[in-house]
Amino acid sequence: MVKINGLLVDANGKILKDYLIENGHDIRKIAVECNEDIVPKSQYETFIIHSGDVLEIVSLVGGG
Amino acid sequence: MKNDKLILGGKAFDSRFILGSGKYSLDLIKAAVENAGAEIITLAVRRTNTRESENIIDYIPDNVTLLPNTSGARDAKEAVRIARMSRELGCGNFVKIEIMKDSKYLLPDNAETVKATEILANEGFVVLPYMFPDLYAARDLQNAGAAAVMPLASPIGSNRGLSSKDFIQILVDEIDLPIIVDAGIGAPSQAAAAMEMGCAAVMCNTAIATAGNIPLMASAFKKAIEAGREAYLSGLGRVLERGAAASDPLTGFLRD
Repeated sequence: MVKINGLLVDANGKILKDYLIENGHDIRKIAVECNEDIVPKSQYETFIIHSGDVLEIVSLVGGG
Repeated sequence: MKNDKLILGGKAFDSRFILGSGKYSLDLIKAAVENAGAEIITLAVRRTNTRESENIIDYIPDNVTLLPNTSGARDAKEAVRIARMSRELGCGNFVKIEIMKDSKYLLPDNAETVKATEILANEGFVVLPYMFPDLYAARDLQNAGAAAVMPLASPIGSNRGLSSKDFIQILVDEIDLPIIVDAGIGAPSQAAAAMEMGCAAVMCNTAIATAGNIPLMASAFKKAIEAGREAYLSGLGRVLERGAAASDPLTGFLRD
């Protein structure tokens, strides 16, 4: 299993870009971190999600 | 005052009003930015909610500099991660550090903020740290490479005004960086007072977001901040300890 935004998800072996598109993320408006390191957008197509990875997918919201 | 620019990270701004974008509807943001004349707007970074199709970025005019904050961070490490994510989100290299361990009073942790400032300044960020107004912490932030310091006026979201006025004045007098009052400013008169003291800018969110008419209050703050700045640049008139001084000539009366 993989932890994505705090939830356990079965995404082992998936390519990051495929996971993002399947789950309705707008790639232009997000940033992704894997195990506390940024995954650059240029690597989404080649980045493979592994079991045990902790991913954070974030975007901008209103704030002070 | 065309030559009176606010310089942050080598960038020159005409407006000294930094506007927050939290707690109001997206369709009001554009009007608020325009009425505020703001050139810098703060944002937050959060886990993506794919159910929401609208994105705040689409509502912010292109010429506005984005200032993402690190709210939600409980220590320097988390703040650094959030800052890096904000840069990856296309926000540029400005970041407002906000680190809080306390969720009741939402007070900033100065020690952790200094640590995060040093790391991020070394990575090329223009670091604007939100802080509790303390002279030693402000000096540490300056040494760590901060582009400005952002002392709180009152607790976040309280609209209680310049509770920490005396301590902010010390920072204005002693720290050789722009002092940007952040948090707690609730009324245009308070923003004007901060600017009269010599603060370089004012950051507001809740005062606007909870106002009766958001665009109108944004406009009121714009004028107050400009008025306060001009008063500071002018130098206020002197105050008499006691007594009075006539404003009119003391000769040529009709009597005698």
